[in-house]
Amino acid sequence: MSEVRVLVGTRKGAFILRSNEQRKDWTVEGPHFPGWEIYHITGTPAAPNRLYASQSGGWFGQVMQRSDDGGKTWETVSNEFVYDGVPGTHQWYDGSQHPWEFRRVWHLEPSPTDPDSIYAGVEDAALFHSNDGGKTWRELPGLRGVKGNLWQPGAGGMCLHTIILSPDNPNRMFVAISAAGAFRTDDGGKTWRPVNQGLKSEFELPHATAEVGHCVHSITMHPSRPNTLFMQKHWDVMRSDNAGDSWHEVSGNLPSDFGFPIAVHAHEPNTIYVVPITSDSHHFPPDGKLRVYRSRSGGDEWEALTNGLPQSHCYVNVLRNALAVDSLDSCGIYFGTTGGQVYVSADSGDNWMPIVRDLPPVLSVEAQILP
Amino acid sequence: MIQVTLPTHLRALAQVTGPVELQVDEPITQRAILDALEAAYPMLRGTIRDAVTRERRPFIRFFACGEDLSHEPADVPVPPDVAAGKQPFRIIGAMAGG
Repeated sequence: MSEVRVLVGTRKGAFILRSNEQRKDWTVEGPHFPGWEIYHITGTPAAPNRLYASQSGGWFGQVMQRSDDGGKTWETVSNEFVYDGVPGTHQWYDGSQHPWEFRRVWHLEPSPTDPDSIYAGVEDAALFHSNDGGKTWRELPGLRGVKGNLWQPGAGGMCLHTIILSPDNPNRMFVAISAAGAFRTDDGGKTWRPVNQGLKSEFELPHATAEVGHCVHSITMHPSRPNTLFMQKHWDVMRSDNAGDSWHEVSGNLPSDFGFPIAVHAHEPNTIYVVPITSDSHHFPPDGKLRVYRSRSGGDEWEALTNGLPQSHCYVNVLRNALAVDSLDSCGIYFGTTGGQVYVSADSGDNWMPIVRDLPPVLSVEAQILP
Repeated sequence: MIQVTLPTHLRALAQVTGPVELQVDEPITQRAILDALEAAYPMLRGTIRDAVTRERRPFIRFFACGEDLSHEPADVPVPPDVAAGKQPFRIIGAMAGG
């Protein structure tokens, strides 16, 4: 019987949740790295017991951890994220130019085939790569050359939070950056171009359809349809069927199209999930009801999934890296909240139960299936 | 031997439970102590000083012999009692609450 392992990063440490295929009875292990912010902890598809964790804090900065035994033991790897050449400047809140400054690693994306190859998305926004299991990191500087001087940090920081490696083209990658937008490379990261056509940010940007500057919160893709992307923007849920060349809105009947994460079902490439949040100024669910919304039509038509979720007095948020799916049949869906709950649905979202209720605010959730 | 005390999080990271002892060549300065500390405990690189600029991180303080040495130049000799191993060089996480 397969083992399910859920990796949870929180404001005060990492936790590892374990169950079997039933996903009913869980053990909770942790905190690992207690007291530290774990923006992301993830496993390596090519070597599932190799885990990486981004460990950071205001006092002591960035630490990178790696485990080769599924989280039993950890060793530090390099935390030297040095921007290529002269770092240059980006736009600051007052319109002036501000030097690029490394703050933390937001997202880690291991290669699906090479356990030593891993990408890191950082704040201030940039993309780094390691080909030696995290012992050294090298920036892919072409990304910041795409009008980086016009990027401006949003409220959560100017973070590169989404990295998608195209499953059918090793030279194609997508990244997303808060308050900068979505970008694509077709040459392995040497050159990039914005892929934001169709996004509209009427109240956030002076030019609503600007080439860069859109506050993209998360992007997802099903591996069987590498040209179809789904995006949760600051406001609006969007879809592209041409690898980001153009986007159209699929918010449909959502109660709010503001939110942070978006995910796609493991076996149904047209089934997607979002967690609507009231607004940019009210980061909690509409009407105090925690509802995951599912669309089986790739957007536009959405249904509320509520069974097992609190439907009154609930004012938590679900952050952009805190929604995940597993690959079992039926597909498991997981999310963590800023209130410290981690919920699981073992039936594609129809029914939910809390795995754990009182963790620190959850920053990231990833699911692994082990043989 | 130079005695160095670390804050809780860095003791956990370095996998030590108490003060660490370091052999530091003369002249014994803040920079020399921190260089020796990072050489002995490479997992601490970047957590006390910026990995690139080698400047003290903003919320780190250095105390010794009842004095705050945080703003002393890195290449000035530390107090004689620290250099003699009689008093520890204390690395502190600054108060940063609200």
